[in-house]
Parts: sequence; C-alpha cells; structure tokens
Amino acid sequence: MLNRQGRPTQAGEGESQRHETFTGNKALQQIEPLIFEIGHHETTGVDIDKPAPFKSRLGKHARQGEIGLPGLSEPEAMRHYVRLSQKNYGIDTGLFPLGSCTMKHNARLNEKVARLPGFSDVHPLQPVSTVPGALDVMLELARYLMTLTGMPAVALSPKAGAHGEACGMMAIKAAIAAKGEGATRNVVLVPESAHGTNPATAALIGFSVKAVPARPDGTVAVEDVKALLGPDVAAIMLTNPNTCGIFEPQIVEIAAAMHEAGAYFYCDGANFNAIVGKARPGDLGVDAMHINLHKTFSTPHGGGGPGAGPVVLSERLAPYAPVPFIYVEGGKARLVEHKADAPEGNDPFGRMTAFHGQMGMYVRALAYMLSHGADGMKQASEDAVLNANYIRAGLADLMSLPFPDHPSMHEALFDDDWLKGTGVTTLDFAKAMIDEGYHPMTVYFPLVVHGAMLIEPTESESKASLDLFIATLRDLAIAAKGNDKSRFTAAPHHAPMRRLDETRAARQPVLKWEKPAPVKEAAE
Amino acid sequence: MRYLPLTETDREDMLARIGVTDVDALFSDVPNGKLLKEPLDLPRAKGELEVERILGRMSAKNTAAGSVPFFVGAGAYKHHVPATVDHLIQRSEFLTSYTPYQPEIAQGTLQYLFEFQTQVAALTGMEVANASMYDGSTGTAEAVLMAHRVTKRRKAVLSGGLHPHYIQVVETLSEMANDEVVALKPDVRATEDILAAIDDSVSCVVVQSPDVFGNLRDLKPIAEKAHAHGALLIAVFTEVVSLGAVVPPGAQDADIVVGEGQSIGNALNFGGPYVGLFAAKSKYIRQMPGRLCGETVDADGRRGFVLTLSTREQHIRRDKATSNICTNSGLCVLAFTIHMTLLGQAGLTRLAEVNHANAVKLADALSGVKGAEVLNESFFNEFTVKLAKPAAEVAEALAAKGILAGVPVSRLLPGAGLDDLLVVANTEVNTDEDRAAFVAALAEVL
Repeated sequence: MLNRQGRPTQAGEGESQRHETFTGNKALQQIEPLIFEIGHHETTGVDIDKPAPFKSRLGKHARQGEIGLPGLSEPEAMRHYVRLSQKNYGIDTGLFPLGSCTMKHNARLNEKVARLPGFSDVHPLQPVSTVPGALDVMLELARYLMTLTGMPAVALSPKAGAHGEACGMMAIKAAIAAKGEGATRNVVLVPESAHGTNPATAALIGFSVKAVPARPDGTVAVEDVKALLGPDVAAIMLTNPNTCGIFEPQIVEIAAAMHEAGAYFYCDGANFNAIVGKARPGDLGVDAMHINLHKTFSTPHGGGGPGAGPVVLSERLAPYAPVPFIYVEGGKARLVEHKADAPEGNDPFGRMTAFHGQMGMYVRALAYMLSHGADGMKQASEDAVLNANYIRAGLADLMSLPFPDHPSMHEALFDDDWLKGTGVTTLDFAKAMIDEGYHPMTVYFPLVVHGAMLIEPTESESKASLDLFIATLRDLAIAAKGNDKSRFTAAPHHAPMRRLDETRAARQPVLKWEKPAPVKEAAE
Repeated sequence: MRYLPLTETDREDMLARIGVTDVDALFSDVPNGKLLKEPLDLPRAKGELEVERILGRMSAKNTAAGSVPFFVGAGAYKHHVPATVDHLIQRSEFLTSYTPYQPEIAQGTLQYLFEFQTQVAALTGMEVANASMYDGSTGTAEAVLMAHRVTKRRKAVLSGGLHPHYIQVVETLSEMANDEVVALKPDVRATEDILAAIDDSVSCVVVQSPDVFGNLRDLKPIAEKAHAHGALLIAVFTEVVSLGAVVPPGAQDADIVVGEGQSIGNALNFGGPYVGLFAAKSKYIRQMPGRLCGETVDADGRRGFVLTLSTREQHIRRDKATSNICTNSGLCVLAFTIHMTLLGQAGLTRLAEVNHANAVKLADALSGVKGAEVLNESFFNEFTVKLAKPAAEVAEALAAKGILAGVPVSRLLPGAGLDDLLVVANTEVNTDEDRAAFVAALAEVL
C-alpha cells in the first residue's frame, strides 16, 4: 500500500517502525523531565549582585528555610522550554479547526507593536498626563468595536469572554434594579445548545436559569421563547451565530419579544467572526454582547489565555457600564476610575478588575483591525463562512449533518450518526486526525447533538489546505466504516504521547511534583 | 490582503462546489434588510509599515517606565525580565496553541502548567495551586466565592489594607450575588482590629500582606480567630517577589492564597494582561475555581499531564459550576514559570534582597526630606510617605520634572481624607542615581 507521496506504508516494506532507542527519545521528540528533576536549589540563570549590608525593615516577617524552587542556568532553561514547545500543536503547525474557538492566523506584527515600550512599559497608575497614547488606543479600539457592532457604548475592561458575559449580565441586573424590579425579575433564559459559560455566568450573579428547548433544525424559535416569558424574566442569553453554526433566523423577533416583556437580550459574541462587516448586532436588537478579542481579532490564544472580553452595550444599558471608562467631553478624553467621577446620567455598577483591562490585547486587536480595514474584515468573515461551507460540501455524503436545512456560518457541525455500528466513536475519530497531522475539531459540543464534531477552519486556510483536509477526512471516514478499527481505537499512534488516562488523573489527583521518597523506604 | 490566502478564482470554484452563485447566499438566514451591502465606515486595509507607524505614534506619546526614574507600584511593579522569557513565549507552539483539550499534542502547555502549579504551591507554602486566574483582583473575588461554598456562609470581611481596586471587585460581584461584604476603613498603619469583626456569621477574612500601603502583616492570629469561628483566612499579595523574603501565607495557616503574579516574567502593560496566582489547602480542591493540571499516564504507561477535575467546570456543570471562568492566563503563566525557573530559589531570594535593600535606601533618604515622613513600621519594597502637600499635586509636579514618583492614595481612594499620602515602590531596576534624582526633586517640590 502506498501513501499519497507514493511511499510504502506497511511495516516490512520499509525499515522497522518500532525501533527502541537507548534514551527513549525519538529524534526531534525528546523526553523532557520536570524542572524539579533537573534543577538545583543553588543554580540560577539570573546574575544579580549581592547588595551592600543594610538594616532590614522586614521586622519579624523574614522568610526562613528552603522555598523548594530549583533553578536552571540559561542554556538549560532554553533547552527545557524549547523541548516542551515541540510537544505542542499550534496554528502555525497546521490546520486547527476547533469549532467555536476561531483559531485564525496570529500576525507577528501585532506581537511587535504590543511590545513597544509606550504600551508594554507603562504603569496603569502613573499620572494620566503621561499616557495620552494609551487613552488613544482605548478610544480607537472602542470606535472600531462600536462601528462593527452598531452599538453605542462599550465596556473594555473584562479580561476574557466569560468575564465579559458577567459584565453584560451585571449591567442588565443593574438596569433592572434601577427600574425597581430587582426583587421580581430573576430568571434568565438560556438555550439548551448554549455554551456552559452562559448558565454558569447567570448563576454566578444570582439569576436562576431556565432552558429554552432546541428545535429539530438547530435554531431557537420565537414561540418557545414567548412561552417562557413573564414578569420574572430578566434576559435571554443567546449565542449568534449559534453553537450549531447557524445564524438564528428569528433573532429579530426574539429580541422584540424580550423587549416587549420588559426584558433584555444578551448575545454571546463568541462566533462574531462569521458576521464582522456582514451584520451588526445593534441592528438585530441586542442589548449587550461580549467580543472575544482572542478569537475574532486574533490576539492570540496563547495556550489558554490571556484573553480579552470587551462588552458592547445598547443605549439602555450604557449608563451602567463599570469603571474604568474614558469619557470624552469638549474634545478632551477623561479617564473615569471611580463611580463618584462618572458624568451626569451615568451610574456605573462597579468594577470588574483592578486597573484598566487587557491593554496588551487592545493593541494587538487594534493592529488587526487597522491591517484588515473595513474591506478586509468583511472579506475575512466571508472567507471564514465560505471555507466552512466548502468543507461541509466536501464531507456531507460521508458524514452526517444534523441540520442540513440551514447553511453553515463559519463552522460546520456534524454528528456521529454515520459512525453508528462501526465501533468507532467521535473521540476515536478525533484522535486519528492527530496521526494525520491535524488538530481535532471540537468534539461533543454542542451537547444537543450526539457525538458532535464542530469544524471551524477560519479564513486563514488556503484552498489547497482545505482540499487536503477534506481528502484526509474522507479517507478516515471510509476507513472508519471499513475494517481497520485500530487506526481509530488505539489512536494516536504518532503523537508525542499515546492516549492519556484522564479517569486516573481525576480519581487520584496529583497536582504538583512531590519529592520522591528515599529509595530505601520506597523498596519496602 | 496579506492574511487571506483565497484568490478570487478559489472563491468562485468553491462557491460552485457548494452550489451557490454568491457568498451572500450562505448568509440567507440573516433577516431581511439586516445584511450589510457596503463596507462599514472605517478605514480600508493597510500595509504593515503603515500600521506600525500609526501605533508607533500612539506609543511614543506615553512615558515609558524604563525611560525615567520610576517608583510607581500599588499592585503592579516594574522588574527586569530576562530576554530568554520573551523569546520563549513567542515560540509558535506556545503562542498559537489553544487550551490543552487534546493532551497528546499539548504536553508542552500541560507540563509547564504542572511546573507552574508546583512553583506557586512552594512559593505560597500551600498544598495545591491552580493553573492561574485572570489576575490578582478577580482571583480574590473568586476566592471569596469559594470560601462561601466551603463554609456555606455568605459574609466576607475585608481588611482596610487590601488594595482598593480588589475591594471594589469583590464588592461588585458580591452585590450582584446578594452576598454580604464588610470592608474595614483604609488602614494606613496596619493597626485595625480585624479580629473584632470575626464571628460565627463570617465566611472569610481577606487580608493583604505586604498590604497596599506596604506594611507586612501578621496573619497567624487572624487565621486562629477565623478558624475558631469556622471561617477561612484568604491571604492576598500583589507583589509576588516579596515571597522570596517574607514568611509565606501557608506557614501562617492561610486557607486560600491569592496573588498577582505580574512581577515575575510579565511587563506592566498598562494594567493587563496579568496572571492571578491561586493556592489552597488540598482539602478544598473540589471547591476551587479555574483550571487544574494533573499527572497521569498514557496507554504505554508513560507519565503525562492532562487538565483534570473538570467536573467542577462550566462546560460540564453549567449553572452549578464553581466558576464561569473559561480562559485563563496561559501565556502569562508561561512567562512566570520560565522567569521563576531561571531565578530558582537562589535567584529569587537574591532578587528579593536587592528589592528590599533598595527600598530601605530610598526610605532612609526620603525620611531626610523636610515635609516627607515614611509611615511604615515594616515593609518589603514599597512604603507610604506622608507629604506636606497633596500627593497628587506632588506626583504631577515630579512627573513634569521627568520623575514618576509613586501612586497618590487619592488616586485609589478619593475622598478618604488621605490626600497627603504617596505610595512609593522601589525594585531592582532603580539605581542610586534614580533615588538621588527623586529625593532632590521632592525637596524642591515640597
């Protein structure tokens, strides 16, 4: 059997594939111990002169004894972390079709400008008169976000998407309290298909959650929402485009129904990348929406953060935006850091975080926006949607689409109906993709679909890249329906690690390195 | 557009394969009249050179800390970060990876998270640490919620030495969740009677050391009283370098420890992104917020790491989750871990010693200025100076002379009657020349 390079794929035709090495290393894949196993307490990779003798002012608080932190010299540290990096898959490695996460290209220009000393080396509490350029960045970012969403206000400070959700829901809670309905309006409607952060956020700030059923076509119907509406309902938290990758067709009617009932419309903006420059949340009746700068505006994901989650707000919620914010009067920008300094008519609900939010991410997002421009951002959304639908078209005859009646937006959702009876699960399929050099798609989310596979290619992929991806998934799909189960159930075969035992990790949690017991005791 | 690989021909071919003639056909679910036909009123795409120019101009308007004698702290600190750190965190495999949901191809991230958790536990003297929070302030609010879950009580007592922004963040979240907060008055000299506020209704006591005025506080008696009443002690710090020199909260029987980790590995960044450190006694693991990385084995029996105990988290527990947090501070964690690995115990204790020595020098010098008085009995690298003139005016006047002198307490606590106080920080970056310039300029201004 030959692979697509025309080389033999069977062991025996080439050299043996399971040749054990003395070190356990496999060429570029190096086994790397923990720093606690290779470092020493007396070693350091930083040279600092000992200060001249002085009289300590620590009083009785001086630390005694070992801290338990080994150090590495600079070459050792460099090698350690380079080796660790080689065990990671990133966007720069290959296609990263993680649905709902928007793993698009991270431009290094954005990294470069964020490191300009005027941005990276300024303190949040140095005199405001010494940071006019920082206020410029915040105002310019705010202008872009408000224009792209068609919303009149934005709270920049939330640190990530879920923090932005909390901020938006707090603004809603404050607005309800201001109307004197705080005691009675305490229910938040959340569709079954929603991401787990939505119900968690609502509960966090004291709302109770009611689920809106999912329709068989993957959308939320206005009549289902209306059936739940009453004087106790504060808001709906609706993701749009939704977690099934569909633009909610009745979103305008749902917004109107909420407003008519005296309630608010919180939109989860995790999937904003599908519609930038194509549709504005402000035109759809949204009252608040967070924007994941690390998704839509590529500030990057960094292995799980840092993110940034600014929240755009409607006219009705804008007065409750938290401090700090910048207020422009008479052409002059003023940084408002305290409730008491808020301009007339504003009643900030409080503060989300120390200081002014994720400045480093503001700069990166602004660099993305300036680079793309209005035309480039619109094109990026169109390409993201086009790419997702192209993948869908390339796989629809082999894999099953739970919601074939709606076009996909920027992500294509499949279920595991097509795997029934094969003995291969969604997880197995995902792990087999690793062997083929791909990061798997999002699996088992959204929960409303059985064995979900959510594929989001983003606009960063070329047609050639998509064609190979489609061909690979077709090959895998045919194999899954055939006889070679070990390609799936034992996958991954070629990753730095085989499949990891997550049950064991949770049953007997080992959350830090412990010094091994002396050999003598261990032998007993 | 340099970031978009598709050509016009590609687009046409792909639309044909999908079976539509126009990309807008894919947007057919957008309600009538809501699909935008024209680009929005924003500038058009720009080349790299032009973007760099625009942002370079904005950056140049700010006074960078490294360009002047710089003594500003109060929750964020300027330290020297080795060049190795920023090089390594920009490696593609770290920078462009996601939360490690596929552990077989994310061992790099997972192993540094495990190293980070071990380092934070050792530094704080605690049994377990999580994989980070957004920052110290949000971590403190999460710690209060965690204490409420553990004790099944809903009242937090906050020390008057806690950073005012942290107090506001806790108050905001608590007010929304209908939980009670008792915030003690600003406590400039660490003389408050916090023990008197602890009774059987209290869930937790939150105390910062070094506090926002720079004082070192004795946590042990507070822990004892709290535990006698079934309450938890939450210990907070905003300057993690202090843990190289002072008794860690774990040795004083704190139940939860939260801190800002920015000082190690991370730049000032005008306030973010930063990295929240979060540690606790191991009996409370299942009530902890945030991600946790744990050790396990793979199918061949080799050691590896995975995210674990996720049944606490929102994607499984939804409205019953311990927290709504999804994203953490991955890359800032990496910067922290690399810098801490370079330091090691030997480097960290030396760094802390230099910070303290420099601060003592400055305190002694400022004490000699007429109209300036250092208030602290004890401090690490930051202290409070009482001035003969309003501190905000003094700070502005010094800024005009090219010296960024510290944080006027009125910036954090306007209207608290503390307008004559300036909080001054001094780290390893400050030279004798910086200090001399500060002292001379202050003498002129006062």
